Amino acid sequence: MAETKVTERDVMYVADLANLELTAEEKGRMIRDLNSILEHIDTLNELDTSDVPPLAEVASMFAGSQAADGGRFGYAMRPDEVRPGLPHEAAMANAPESDKVYFKVPKVIEK
Amino acid sequence: MNIELLTIDRARDLLVRKEMTATALAEAFYGKIATEDEKIGAFLTLSKSRAMAKAAEIDQMVERGDPLPPLAGVPVGIKDVLMTRGVRTTAASKILDDFIAPYDCTAVARMEAAGAVVLGKLNCDEFAMGSSNENSGYKPVRNPRDLTRVPGGSSGGSAASVAAGMAVAALGSDTGGSIRQPAAFCGVVGLMPTYGRVSRYGLIAFGSSLDHIGPLTKTVKDAASVLQVIAGRDPLDSTSAEVPVADYVSEIGKSVKGLRIGVPEEYFGKGLDDEIRAAIERVMDRLRAAGCELVRVSLPHTKYAVPTYYLVATAEASSNLARFDGVRYGHRAEHAQTLSEMYRRSRNEGFGTEVKRRIMLGTYALSAGYYDAYYLKAQRVRTLLARDFQQAFGRVDAILTPVTPTAAFKLGEKMEDPVAMYLSDIFTVTANLVGVPGMSVPCGNTREGLPIGVQIMAKHFDESTMIRIAHAVEEAQ
Repeated sequence: MAETKVTERDVMYVADLANLELTAEEKGRMIRDLNSILEHIDTLNELDTSDVPPLAEVASMFAGSQAADGGRFGYAMRPDEVRPGLPHEAAMANAPESDKVYFKVPKVIEK
Repeated sequence: MNIELLTIDRARDLLVRKEMTATALAEAFYGKIATEDEKIGAFLTLSKSRAMAKAAEIDQMVERGDPLPPLAGVPVGIKDVLMTRGVRTTAASKILDDFIAPYDCTAVARMEAAGAVVLGKLNCDEFAMGSSNENSGYKPVRNPRDLTRVPGGSSGGSAASVAAGMAVAALGSDTGGSIRQPAAFCGVVGLMPTYGRVSRYGLIAFGSSLDHIGPLTKTVKDAASVLQVIAGRDPLDSTSAEVPVADYVSEIGKSVKGLRIGVPEEYFGKGLDDEIRAAIERVMDRLRAAGCELVRVSLPHTKYAVPTYYLVATAEASSNLARFDGVRYGHRAEHAQTLSEMYRRSRNEGFGTEVKRRIMLGTYALSAGYYDAYYLKAQRVRTLLARDFQQAFGRVDAILTPVTPTAAFKLGEKMEDPVAMYLSDIFTVTANLVGVPGMSVPCGNTREGLPIGVQIMAKHFDESTMIRIAHAVEEAQ
């Protein structure tokens, strides 16, 4: 079983992975909340699941998800043909900063 | 005329009989919104020019004597997690404060193609994360039945708009109960279809293996009418299933005699409010009187559904919400010196507390060293939950449960305790984890006058039986 107690270091590490920058106040609350949620989640350890396969999605379990010719997920397949997409102008319309051709961002290479 | 009582059939009849134009009807609803919504807070954005153009189009069809589509002139609201081309779409998040959707969600496009008049975008919990609507980045929604109470969430604006008569019908989304729970709290009908039944193209993704789009309406028949329009394969959503769409509306009024309805004991234990228990028992008696056979079933892993759900949903959310980085759309922090700083500050300024909490939990559950103990563990328990349902549905045609353990709670009551808030989803999350359809139907009120809902779940892609039973429940009220 994994270590369940979330420390400040864990919160900093996970915030970094998630690209979040928490304030000191948010950090304190996050430590408290994550610990209380994980304590509840730990009830899952009452179950022995060593022989149980994981289930990531339900669609493939049921009728209708198997197309006659395509097998599993056959319904999700389509011919690899060029089709019209979102026009460039529409795709750029919500950009916080752009030169109308490209999205502009601050410098990427930091050091 | 009392527009708050209008159903789809009655609204359509007004137009067919030329008692009212679609334009006048839309204007009447905007009038209602103008007087009522200040105290309720259901709408975030009104799409008046789009609505009036559609209403004018319907009026021309009436003028010409054209056959009218099934939702002709029906004023509807759309939860703000569904994209509406040319209309502000925020997911109730500040990070999308000025976002104008460049395309339409398939379900919205199908509603409009069927004649619906889209009045505007409905408030919800930010990115549909919440059970009370208090997590909206803009304002809470209040329950029209009692303004000191929450309408439920996350589709709180959808439920409240219909309950208050500010829309005839609304679209919502349901990842862990977000259609059914607010429907129960506000006294309206909420229908979550089978996973894959309705295209999610244009739904701002929260938990992709759990998200559904469905209707909130005043009647079971209206829910069937909306489902009829939005159901079916969509080439733009690879998870929409190639399963024929049944005639849902024809289920209305069909006999339920001989149907076997399972009652899982795990849904009637400690923590269930006595008045809700009594209301559900009355529903059971009436279904028995109508010729149904009620069968005790067991869903033994029920108590593990909430912890499983909050791992799966947050893990999926943490990756789905990675796209909000201030580059292509949405809020961008000012004066960031580097790209990395821009990402972090934009996300931290744009997301609210609950969204950050879920991104953190999901990222933690997926991170190296914890993946097996949390995310993989939850996926294994998800299999056990699916087996529970497979076994039960081997014996019964539908499963009947409460929707919520209590009636609508007070604003602020659970805001400081995320676990208590999460546990209010205890009866709804399992349907999402196993992909079966679920429906909430009003079945009475508490002594305080708060609505109570009963949940009917059916086998995968058997919305027909679910709707038939739901209508029998509604008729018996």
